[in-house]
Amino acid sequence: MSGDLLNLTLRIWRQAGPNAKGAFRDYQLQGVSTHMSFLEMLDVLNEKLLQAGEEPVAFDHDCREGICGMCSLMINGQAHGPDKATTTCQLHMRRFKNGDTIVIEPWRASAFPVLRDLVVDRSALDRIIQSGGFVSVNTGNAPDGNAIPIPGHVQEVAMDGAACIGCGACVASCKNASAMLFVAAKVSQLSLLPQGHPERASRVIDMVAQMDKEGFGSCTNTSECEAACPAEVSVTHIARLNREYFKAMLITEK
Amino acid sequence: MVRVAGETLNSKVPDGPIQEKWDRHRFNLKLVNPANKRKFSVIVVGTGLAGGAAAASLAELGYNVKAFCFQDSPRRAHSIAAQGGINAAKNYANDGDSIWRLFYDTVKGGEWRAREANVYRLAQVANSIIDQCVAQGVPFAREYGGTLANRSFGGAQVSRTFYCRGQTGQQLLLGAYQALMRQVGLGRVKMFARREMMDLIVIDGVARGIVVRNMVTGQFEVHTADAVCVCTGGYGNVYYLSTNAKGCNVTAAWRCHRRGALFANPCFTQIHPTCIPVSGDYQSKLTLMSESLRNDGRVWVPKNAKDTRKVTDIPDEDRDYYLERRYPSFGNLVPRDIASRAAKERCDAGFGVGESGLAVYLDFRDAIRRDGEDVVRKKYGNLFHMYEKITADNPYQVPMRIYPAVHYTMGGLWVDYNLMSNIPGLYVLGEANFSDHGANRLGASALMQGLSDGYFVIPYTIGDHLATAHLPKIADDHPACLAAKKDAEDRMTSLLNVNGRRSVDSFHRDLGHIMWDYCGMARNRSGLQGAIQKIRDLREEFWKNVRVPGSGNTLNQSLEMAGRVADFMEFGELLALDALEREESCGGHFREEYQEVDGEAKRNDEQYAYVAAWQFTGYGEEPVLHKEPLSFENVKPSKRSYK
Repeated sequence: MSGDLLNLTLRIWRQAGPNAKGAFRDYQLQGVSTHMSFLEMLDVLNEKLLQAGEEPVAFDHDCREGICGMCSLMINGQAHGPDKATTTCQLHMRRFKNGDTIVIEPWRASAFPVLRDLVVDRSALDRIIQSGGFVSVNTGNAPDGNAIPIPGHVQEVAMDGAACIGCGACVASCKNASAMLFVAAKVSQLSLLPQGHPERASRVIDMVAQMDKEGFGSCTNTSECEAACPAEVSVTHIARLNREYFKAMLITEK
Repeated sequence: MVRVAGETLNSKVPDGPIQEKWDRHRFNLKLVNPANKRKFSVIVVGTGLAGGAAAASLAELGYNVKAFCFQDSPRRAHSIAAQGGINAAKNYANDGDSIWRLFYDTVKGGEWRAREANVYRLAQVANSIIDQCVAQGVPFAREYGGTLANRSFGGAQVSRTFYCRGQTGQQLLLGAYQALMRQVGLGRVKMFARREMMDLIVIDGVARGIVVRNMVTGQFEVHTADAVCVCTGGYGNVYYLSTNAKGCNVTAAWRCHRRGALFANPCFTQIHPTCIPVSGDYQSKLTLMSESLRNDGRVWVPKNAKDTRKVTDIPDEDRDYYLERRYPSFGNLVPRDIASRAAKERCDAGFGVGESGLAVYLDFRDAIRRDGEDVVRKKYGNLFHMYEKITADNPYQVPMRIYPAVHYTMGGLWVDYNLMSNIPGLYVLGEANFSDHGANRLGASALMQGLSDGYFVIPYTIGDHLATAHLPKIADDHPACLAAKKDAEDRMTSLLNVNGRRSVDSFHRDLGHIMWDYCGMARNRSGLQGAIQKIRDLREEFWKNVRVPGSGNTLNQSLEMAGRVADFMEFGELLALDALEREESCGGHFREEYQEVDGEAKRNDEQYAYVAAWQFTGYGEEPVLHKEPLSFENVKPSKRSYK
């Protein structure tokens, strides 16, 4: 396989600023090594644009190892591209064929306004966490770590939800632009663990309310989010969120 | 010879037996009355483990906090990528661990170049970190009975590492992030994302604020406060290729240095032994394979150089398990500096594997035979998955190929026992400071240090400064604020105006090559002298020939990188100078002139048992060396042996 080179057409969304009108532009890129990651391929394109006196394509990225959640990109209509359980930064060019046209867009959701080119504003997700995605325990207040035993299998399911990297692929892939999987991952984790129990009713109500307020759509159980999720967060967490929500509505005094 | 300051630095380590120092010190620190805390404001730059924990904890106490990060969300800080785990001497494994043993291992692991009192405090508060994180809902791995699980890690012979699968850093960071978000929601922290610190504001010798650039609008902003905490991580990206995130940079620390903060031990850099090898010129970063893999993986190279047989066909008698051979008592679990140098030694001798010959095998064959594939998958599944994604090899069937890569930096801004730099009011936390790891950091202790500084040290020590310093109100249009803002703006304008022919990235790669070739795993006098000249030449070319497209008043990623690389170009020279001046081998700093006959590092305690803290004297000027002598009353320096 080594030594394979691809010639590609890249159809990329360019937008100068938050209020500017955007459009697709085509770029030809020759001699792309199949060993490159997708973002390294964009690095090569940007170097080429710079030499040609054009402005490079802006895109978010940081750790380039699939954990920080900063990279995004709709690649041929799929959030993070064609590979399962893979962020854009971990996607490699060996996944593509010589002569392919690759369409690259930003996350599309009214709650994620475009800042420039492929960069979007995902601060709505932070505000959802601010509304209740935590355990209210000040530093210094903690009992011994082993004071409350947590069965291994419960902790494992909590960890499955906690693995969410907050990238927003669930929103981008959802036809309703719902953030349900993101919210459910956190609600589920903290409702499974005893440390999260005291606030479990207010947490789910407040987080769902904030999600609605931010302009995310409703969940219609299509499960596209699960298919797109690079951290493989399951829609069973959404089922748990719904159960938590119904219980909370029955007991809450709000 | 460099100029050496006459007076030595005062670390302000309190008197008394080491076990009592921190307790006594906490009693002696001045307190800020609870009702008065709201009158003080604190700036926290960086939202990783140290910054996130500090911002949340200070806000919980009642201070007004402003927190800053360059990413789009505080949850993205690079602490998130730490894989293996976090140490604490809980002794849950009942295998003989204690605070004293964690302290001892860390001082020895750092090759007697860390400050003993700081390390003891770190070992002391580590247990509280685990408790705090559990209370926040961090889902640490647990045994079937529900108690917390532990594993062993390099450089230790006890199981004291707590972990969340292969993503411990992520879970600890999200714990701190959620605590921070709670305070933002309560209105006690004002969060500024997509802001990059461009300068420190010092008024009458005291740190009083920062200048930041809003990375979306390009606007420069002045923020003033009564204290500034810099928690901006390490400088590994001076090597271009490293396991750090692409955005990690030295700019915040370097700008503080230029305003007078001393930079300590920059030559102490950690090269991690288990990373995926470099595969092409276009490569943008290196990926770590957690050290935890060395619990079950065995490191080897073929006994016959350029053995052409299929790797799985090479029989045991033709394999050189060189770590087990050289270090029988620690075997594959020797500390990182030792494992890295041993891999380099084998590759330099011609026994390396892979296309480049710059790799060794990390083999799970025996673990899979012993425990079965399912057990191995449960422990390391996500790492094996990541390895296969990147290399297209299946590590369940063939050994991983690994090679050392730049990972962590022990050096950083100089701080005293209170984590305050030599500029009053400027505190430095986490990887950005130099204090706790000496010349080499042991695995699973970076998370421990970041959280220790943020949750359990700064909340006490910052009060002493706020309660005792004279802190008049500073207006945003104070002449010092306006001057710092103008400096920062002018610098960005100069970068845009060079209008040369080469990209920022190409300069950064060239700098990285110089640093890796001459200041990497092995260093020598003439190489370092040459490197300093090469860096100067490159820096000169950079300011004549760099091309930064676009404008300053929009989101401009090339401009962001240009500012960072410009600072790396200045910093790299200091790193090389520090490595040149330290004529001994210790930890991550290996000078070829100073080694034992068997190739082990040869330390020189008589002349170099000190912290080298450098003072900036002007652009292109020789810095002045300040020394902090190190004394070891509890862990007597000896030859660091893992044999």
